[in-house]
Amino acid sequence: MSRVVVFDYGSGNVRSAVRALEHVGADVELTGDRSTALAADGLFVPGVGNFHACMAGLRAADGPAVIDLRLSGGRPVLGVCVGMQVLFDGSDEPSGSPQEGLGEWPGSVSRLKAEVVPHMGWSDVDVAAGSTLFAGVESERFYFVHSYAVQAWTLEEPTGAFAAVAPKVTWADHGGRFVAAVENGPLCATQFHPEKSGDAGLSLLENWVRSL
Amino acid sequence: MSVATRVIPCLDVDAGRVVKGVNFLNLRDAGDPVELAKLYGEQGADELTFLDVTASSGNRETTYDIVGRTAEQVFIPLTVGGGVRTVDDVDRLLRAGADKVGVNTAAIARPELIAEVADRFGSQVLVLSADVRRRVDDAGHRSGGFEVTTHGGRQGTGLDAVEWCARAAELGAGEILLNSMDADGTKDGFDVELIELVRREVRIPLIASGGAGRVEHFAPAVRAGADAVLAASVFHFGELTIGDVKDALRQDGIPVR
Repeated sequence: MSRVVVFDYGSGNVRSAVRALEHVGADVELTGDRSTALAADGLFVPGVGNFHACMAGLRAADGPAVIDLRLSGGRPVLGVCVGMQVLFDGSDEPSGSPQEGLGEWPGSVSRLKAEVVPHMGWSDVDVAAGSTLFAGVESERFYFVHSYAVQAWTLEEPTGAFAAVAPKVTWADHGGRFVAAVENGPLCATQFHPEKSGDAGLSLLENWVRSL
Repeated sequence: MSVATRVIPCLDVDAGRVVKGVNFLNLRDAGDPVELAKLYGEQGADELTFLDVTASSGNRETTYDIVGRTAEQVFIPLTVGGGVRTVDDVDRLLRAGADKVGVNTAAIARPELIAEVADRFGSQVLVLSADVRRRVDDAGHRSGGFEVTTHGGRQGTGLDAVEWCARAAELGAGEILLNSMDADGTKDGFDVELIELVRREVRIPLIASGGAGRVEHFAPAVRAGADAVLAASVFHFGELTIGDVKDALRQDGIPVR
């Protein structure tokens, strides 16, 4: 059975994430302990609230180093919602005071331009070709709740022998398109909440757990 | 691609049991909240809302227990409201397993509470719940506009409903639950005029509540500007299913999950 740590760094309701991962067969521990988080088969990084608070919480728990060390060893990490946003270079939330992120991916997080914000509810997604996470749930809707998003993907497409490892980017739309999910080797992330997306979300989590 | 209109059953909870009264005054017992929540999840509800109707005098521990047991079994968003007065109340509900928290009377008494909650947990957790009624003069005639009320619609506040919703959005509310006290319990349809007025001034999601009786009542609320529709007794007593409502919306060309 795959061991998953839900990284506990003071971020909102994580009870649902724990139970959803258990539901799909993972052996789950909720902890902010560094060595346990490093040793797990998979690390789930939740995130609610604003970007700044999330980064502050992660830094206080040595999260940036834990994520870096795992990725350098090819050990899977799944970031969700603001837990995805912090993986990028930075964010302009709150507006006027740019915040630095973990810089695992280039690009920044900016406010959605839709008529009604936050984007709150179930949206369909344009799934990347060859996606593992979305296998079997390509046509389903997922539950989003956010005001900011990554609205441009700026990482260059690898060519030649490296083309096979190009990141798979899944998009959604709310007043313009934005990144809904990324699958990039050991590092995956979703802007929506799979743990709140009913059966479709459970299937996605099951796909991730089975890949560990 | 667009976001689907959400259909949300609301469970009024009193001492661990689901109740729903006509105009909030005569309470009827309609079952176990956790079992109902699971049933609604299976029926395709897009979210669940628990309203602790006796929170001011009742036993809060029962609510935390029900919230926790629901969050562990139903993997869709859960909003909990009723008697939430402080940032600590919000924190406890989120820790118990709520995704969003509804704030009503306490925000009227102290609007800064909205900003405090939004700053600490993010706007997305805060649902400003407004119980609204049409203004009437002493003779009982409509005198124009809508007023925010407290105490389940029994007490006026003098606040204009549209202005209050706009202010709450500015302070950091992530969503508004707009409950028409005139329509509540009547099963004659949502107050479409109220929804239109608030939609014009407010750019955060709007949940329409109060008055749902038949499937054809839901589409007009969405066309008036609601992002989500909420109902209670019609679902609890099996008069309508979540699927019935979604079928009707779909036939009207409104996207649903």
